[in-house]
Amino acid sequence: MSKVVKSLREAIALAGLRDGMTVSFHHHLRNGDFVLNFVMDEIAGMGIRDLTVNASALFDVHTPLIGHTESRVVTHLAANYISAGLGRAISRGALEAPVEFRTHGGRPKDIALGRTPIDVAFIAAPAADPMGNCTGRIGKSTCGSLGYAFADAMYAKRVVVITDNIVPYPLQGWSIPESYVDYVVTVDAIGDPKGIVSGTTQVTRDPVGLVMAAQAAKVIQASGLLKEGFSFQTGAGGASLAAARFLKDIMLREGIQGSFASGGITGYLVDMLREGCFRSLMDVQCFDLKAVESLREDPRHQEISAMQYAAPGERGAVVDSLDVVILGATEIDTDFHVNVHTDSNGSIMGGSGGHSDTAAGSKLAMIIAPLFRARMPIVTDRVTCISTPGQDIDVLVTQAGVAVNPRQAELRERLEQAGLPVVDIHELKERAEAITGKPKALPKGDRVAAKVISREGELLDTIYTLPEGR
Amino acid sequence: MRRSMLFLPGNNPNMLINGSCLGADAVIFDLEDAVSPAEKDAARILVRNTMRYMDFRGCERIVRVNAVDTPYFAADLEAILPEGPDMLLLPKAGTAAEVQAADAAMTQAEERLGLQKRAALMPLIETALGVENAFAIAACCPRVEALFLGAEDLTADLQCKRTKGGREIEYARTRLVMAARAAGTEVYDTPFTDVNDDEGIEADAALAKALGFSGKSSISPRHVEVINRVFSPSPEEIRYAYEVMDAIAEAKAQGKGAIALHGKMVDAPIVSRAQRTIAMAQALGISREVTA
Repeated sequence: MSKVVKSLREAIALAGLRDGMTVSFHHHLRNGDFVLNFVMDEIAGMGIRDLTVNASALFDVHTPLIGHTESRVVTHLAANYISAGLGRAISRGALEAPVEFRTHGGRPKDIALGRTPIDVAFIAAPAADPMGNCTGRIGKSTCGSLGYAFADAMYAKRVVVITDNIVPYPLQGWSIPESYVDYVVTVDAIGDPKGIVSGTTQVTRDPVGLVMAAQAAKVIQASGLLKEGFSFQTGAGGASLAAARFLKDIMLREGIQGSFASGGITGYLVDMLREGCFRSLMDVQCFDLKAVESLREDPRHQEISAMQYAAPGERGAVVDSLDVVILGATEIDTDFHVNVHTDSNGSIMGGSGGHSDTAAGSKLAMIIAPLFRARMPIVTDRVTCISTPGQDIDVLVTQAGVAVNPRQAELRERLEQAGLPVVDIHELKERAEAITGKPKALPKGDRVAAKVISREGELLDTIYTLPEGR
Repeated sequence: MRRSMLFLPGNNPNMLINGSCLGADAVIFDLEDAVSPAEKDAARILVRNTMRYMDFRGCERIVRVNAVDTPYFAADLEAILPEGPDMLLLPKAGTAAEVQAADAAMTQAEERLGLQKRAALMPLIETALGVENAFAIAACCPRVEALFLGAEDLTADLQCKRTKGGREIEYARTRLVMAARAAGTEVYDTPFTDVNDDEGIEADAALAKALGFSGKSSISPRHVEVINRVFSPSPEEIRYAYEVMDAIAEAKAQGKGAIALHGKMVDAPIVSRAQRTIAMAQALGISREVTA
């Protein structure tokens, strides 16, 4: 038996895709992804309309989606993250219906519960066999973990695996097993390797970023959580990764071995694993080639599904075992609410991803952000969009001091005792505004561009379109 | 207290605006080597406005103006002195006469502008002539509060290679410390220029401290923390300083003249060192209990 069909069009037809249905995609090929675009083009060519596209994340490479919204092939979008270029088009009102933002944990949960049923999942796979066993660990378009695709595979009514690397049955070391897969389509290329994973992830050299990173590591040390069995997550960007560097120095110096690091995995975390800082890595997504290689070679480096990573609920998830997470913010307000959805003009440029999941699950959720970026203060009276509620954020680290959520009196005391520059968050706001001035309230358009849905499935906030002419 | 002094390029707004957050005891706004001739006026305005509008929160503000024989020097004074810098770093100081000329120009500008605050002066010794004249320079006028060693220009002048080990500047270092201490001024060491060598900076700072420098400058924010640590008294030093002061107090109470601590005579130099250590510990907010 073989599930390989002649063409993508045949797979779409066999899957029974009709007007008004929902299709889904994962984002492991990031800005190098070809699959979403060619699948949507094919669907458009078949005359199917009024679809919902539910993707774990959308990147600028997916901007052709806007054309499909104009022709009403696509009328609804759902994603956990939308990058700035595509985000701007959406903020300008490309869709009539609001985009639905979820979190990396909320999305699989809602799929599993049938709140957001998927009719046909299209799973880009860097390697697959004719029965649909597939993985991201090998192949010219390798992306490592396929963590975000698991819920789609498990719960979609029909599952189409699309690969540019068909291998003889059985594929060894599959991520998603054949039992979830209906059809396999082979294509020349599922993506551009240059856009899928970066060669290496660099630690920032920006002095302000380094000051914040060093401070962040000291906060973690002073929190009392940095001890044997410590668990940790951080992003791949700027100061977050630099904080991992400072943390690594402390862990090696004091001989502390952590239990795991989780989330999106970089080569830097792989180095920490190899040097004994952690016993394992829990990998929902690989950010660079070193992480991909480690996932392939090292049994301590484990692939996890988005559900296992971050889903809310009584059964728990990896995030519930996290001690510390370091997160970013485009804005944070004096109630510690964090915005990671919109930029300083109110235009969509991101999304929660795992932000609110890890903030909710971890013991210490830390935001690293500079006091101001270009002309804008980062600490405000009220964020433009609540991506993660302030109740889940414990501490803000800036270059000018550390602000502790008043809910965490004990943490504040520990940081003060350690001699860290603890300041009230209102003071940080005033310091930033002394330099940048107080920004005027952002003008809003008159339509809802997106709804932000919390990890529990509740409406958390609403993002409006940009005003005319912006 | 100036354990660390961080150079901030006068034409880099991001560095200037964040200068007070980088951990240095003093920042040096650089109008000289970091700024090309075409940008001198823009940098001067930027530094002036930074000093006028930014709160540096206890971080001392030093400006490296252009050398006294350049066409920029007078304009630098006009722009910078009204903003109340703590000190001016005077490049290419070769003779006492040059420094006195700078002092006179500063006095003139201060009087003309009706300024109350007088900025101190720190000659930057970065030529062979400057090294040989170090004591005369340090002692040439009351405005000179410190000497500053600049090894990059100096080694060019000496026609030798600048190395990490610093053998080529050994003489200049010890000569400057001697001259500055003889004249009763402070003395600051040259930056360590490899921003990626974390061990190198530590060793270089420790050497400077061992030779008697009051602190060390840096061109990289990454070096500031190490320099601060090296030039801060260690818990052992603080503990010993308090023991010395206790022993002195006890001797006084008992009417004794000479006293011994751990079998060693405690004499005046030991007491004055202990006083300096305690003053520095207090300035750093390190209490006696922490070191006990």
